[in-house]
Amino acid sequence: MRDDSWLLTSLERRGASRKAFLGFCGAMAATLALPGSYAPAIAEALRAVRRPSVVWLEFSGCTGCTESTLRTENPGFAELVLDMISLDYHETLMAPSGKAAERSLRDVVGDEKGKYIAVVEGAIPTGDGYCTVGGRNALDIAREVCGNAAATIAVGACASYGGWPAARPNPTGAMGLGQAVPGIPIVNLPGCPVNGANVAATFVHYLTFGRLPETDQLGRPLFAYGQLIHDSCERRAHYDAGEFAETWDDEAHRKGWCLYKLGCKGPTTHHNCPIVRWNGGTSWPVGAGHGCIGCSEPQFWDANSPFYDRLPNVPGFGLQTTAEEVGAGIVIGTGAAFALHGVAAAVVERFAPLQHGEEEKKA
Amino acid sequence: MTRIAIDPLTRIEGHLRIEAQVDGGHVTEAWSSSTMFRGMELVMRGRDPRDAWLFAQRICGVCTTVHALASVRSAEDAIGVQIPDNARLMRNIIAGTQWVQDHVIHFYHLHALDWVDVMAALRADPAATSRIAQSISPWPKSSTTYFKGVQDRLRHLSQSGAQLGLFQNGYWGHPAYHLPPEVDLLAVAHYLEALEWQRDVIKVQAMLGAKNPHPQTYLLGGMSVPVDPASQVSLNDERLAEQLRLLQEAKTFVDQVYIPDLLAIGAAYKEWANYGAGTGNYLCYGDFPVSGSTDPKTFWVPRGIVEGRDLSRVVPFDERKIGEFITHSWYTYDAGEGAQKHPSDGETTPHYTGPKPPYDMLETNGKYSWVKAPRYDGKAMEVGPLARLLVAYASGRGDVRKSVDATLHALNLPPSALFSTLGRVVARGIETQLMVDKLLEWHYELVDNIGRGNLSVHDGTRWDPSTWPADSEGWGPHEGPRGSLGHWMHVKDGAVANYQAVVPTTWNASPRDAKGIPGPYEASLVGTPVADPERPLEILRTVHSFDPCMACAVHVTGPDRKLVVRVDVPV
Repeated sequence: MRDDSWLLTSLERRGASRKAFLGFCGAMAATLALPGSYAPAIAEALRAVRRPSVVWLEFSGCTGCTESTLRTENPGFAELVLDMISLDYHETLMAPSGKAAERSLRDVVGDEKGKYIAVVEGAIPTGDGYCTVGGRNALDIAREVCGNAAATIAVGACASYGGWPAARPNPTGAMGLGQAVPGIPIVNLPGCPVNGANVAATFVHYLTFGRLPETDQLGRPLFAYGQLIHDSCERRAHYDAGEFAETWDDEAHRKGWCLYKLGCKGPTTHHNCPIVRWNGGTSWPVGAGHGCIGCSEPQFWDANSPFYDRLPNVPGFGLQTTAEEVGAGIVIGTGAAFALHGVAAAVVERFAPLQHGEEEKKA
Repeated sequence: MTRIAIDPLTRIEGHLRIEAQVDGGHVTEAWSSSTMFRGMELVMRGRDPRDAWLFAQRICGVCTTVHALASVRSAEDAIGVQIPDNARLMRNIIAGTQWVQDHVIHFYHLHALDWVDVMAALRADPAATSRIAQSISPWPKSSTTYFKGVQDRLRHLSQSGAQLGLFQNGYWGHPAYHLPPEVDLLAVAHYLEALEWQRDVIKVQAMLGAKNPHPQTYLLGGMSVPVDPASQVSLNDERLAEQLRLLQEAKTFVDQVYIPDLLAIGAAYKEWANYGAGTGNYLCYGDFPVSGSTDPKTFWVPRGIVEGRDLSRVVPFDERKIGEFITHSWYTYDAGEGAQKHPSDGETTPHYTGPKPPYDMLETNGKYSWVKAPRYDGKAMEVGPLARLLVAYASGRGDVRKSVDATLHALNLPPSALFSTLGRVVARGIETQLMVDKLLEWHYELVDNIGRGNLSVHDGTRWDPSTWPADSEGWGPHEGPRGSLGHWMHVKDGAVANYQAVVPTTWNASPRDAKGIPGPYEASLVGTPVADPERPLEILRTVHSFDPCMACAVHVTGPDRKLVVRVDVPV
């Protein structure tokens, strides 16, 4: 450790004081749902002399998760990749191509074996030729790179669970990384795209505690996926009061009433969108008058569509209905695939606070 | 004679492989291969047409929003619904913001490192950089101290255990780099500034559409974001004021940073007006309705074709003349390898016949790409900013002519210089500047509408599927940042019966067709100098000038016919 960390000096150069640096660390603690007393530990971790090497692989994806990570504000992308980690391989942004790019990858996997972090964006197709880089199949590359990494972060719906390439009829036999390369230490950050704020927070967690954050049964960090959207939605009071937008652009829609009847999937979706929002807190889908499509849940493209159909009729729907009752009704209403998820969700709900507490003790 | 393969070809969206024959220090032949296939059009079948845009948008996260727009337009065309004026303006603002943000990211983060030697910036005199910066722009971040700080930051990266990260293994010191180190430093500083700027300007999309990437705001018949000056949760006065501030900041950055840098760097690389000419045919669907009319004659960006680099006339465009070949693509057609299919009559049989991975070289005499070969009236067409600008120029559009002539004058280049690698780079800058002005006009028009009490954002008369025709087809054209994009949707009995997209990079990255005519990347690379085949920097310059987007480019088509898709679904 050193006192005059590059991050601190670079922040200072841009007019930030030591106090502001600790303030930044405090803000990051808040995103991670940690007490403010963690700020000094985060600050110490960010002062490490050698930044950890990070390899970002993209397979059957759309680069939307990369773009989303470019939008992160606290820390910004430049701070993240220049001051906190060393982004040694990322095809969308790296200077070299071809053989020189392959050398960058080889150097990390060889020299930093067991120490680097892998990030994977996009699904893994099965079958030759559906996704190759440098003449190699995606699965072949993922096995080698993720198999030798200290930890892997699957960003977005595709890398987590297959995303739309795995939606009916799954033309390429696509699947999420955890399924394609079982047994690796992995955390899933689903979403379509992932929220860049959650990518940055996961890195900071890893840098601070030296391990991946605690997750639910679906491999999602509790700090970002521990709660239903419905439970932290700014329109929840309207739901409880039975105030619903009935059609697009009606008076209730303009007043910001609940979007449940227009198809919102917030009651079955675990994500921190209402809290961190998107693009530096600017907005989020419900904030723009459009229901949630549930993009952080496995197989949501098939399970949640048609997206404008309301969730199945729920016992006790309307006045004085709690989120738990809504969740229970959905398990009854939507059949086996959804029921499995519903049960997992219920388990997570029950144990989330305990797991969180344990993590803090361990740390 | 050397055969080289560049894979991964980085600083693009997605997976592109270029193979080239290099002889006597120049490319003599080139092949463009997309190496990723997902099959969106197959996933789309049987879905609710109102959901289609949500799926289609995920074709690409760099060209986010553009597929959503083309898709919702195709559904509205098929189902027969007009959108309210506020929705038209919001869509224009979202799409226009996409151009501006995407073009700036392309210039600094995807293309600049082909022209800017980052390590040479370490040798720059920050005081000289400051003088240069102040001589070309009033942009305030231009002091010696500021550039010294950027240089220190870079030095730290190069010294701290050589953790260069994204800059590691770049082609630094390559003989094709010849900017003064002081301009290299200027560009590195603006590379970092643009990283912050792109994040801020795109908040316009978040305000109108919840988030970026992948805004969640379109609806069949309009938009979901409500407008109401009296509501806390709608697009109200406060949000509109913020939108104006963001658009004004966008304009300032474009005028004071992007364009001066483009001219400074372009002036140092004028020889690139001699390379990368390509097919010489330019196609533009036209876009941005300026009124309720959907007549392309009224669009802000005009529709048409420039053929054979002839700027004296514009050939009228006829959508029925589009046809796709699969002779060199990993698909088969029932009618045989030489057949050509219109997108609305397309056919899908993906069939990978390339070498078994891992492989060293493709078999380019046969099939070698997941991209099909679209042709217009049998000709390979380039699409994108240059095509748009040339069609507008040839159409006699005053504002475009003025901008183009002024820029060429500043660079001391003739109009023929536009048909080149440098021409594409310059065209992208010119249209960014034109668009950023137009965005402010659309903003004021929206504010004016709201001020007159027009709050409508959605026409719900066709929302209910019982109001739809039993069987109909629609076409959704759009001019995205990378060029002409079209989605075709066939709606039958309330569901998507067939779906297809022919996107900008399908046109530009296309492989050869049945007659062996190369696609625009392939054609443009012929004659490109290559000083060192191990470090093919010059090839990157020309390929990047198109701003490739491979996830977009690969699509499959097919109406109600048999599908032969190998599916190994995991249990």
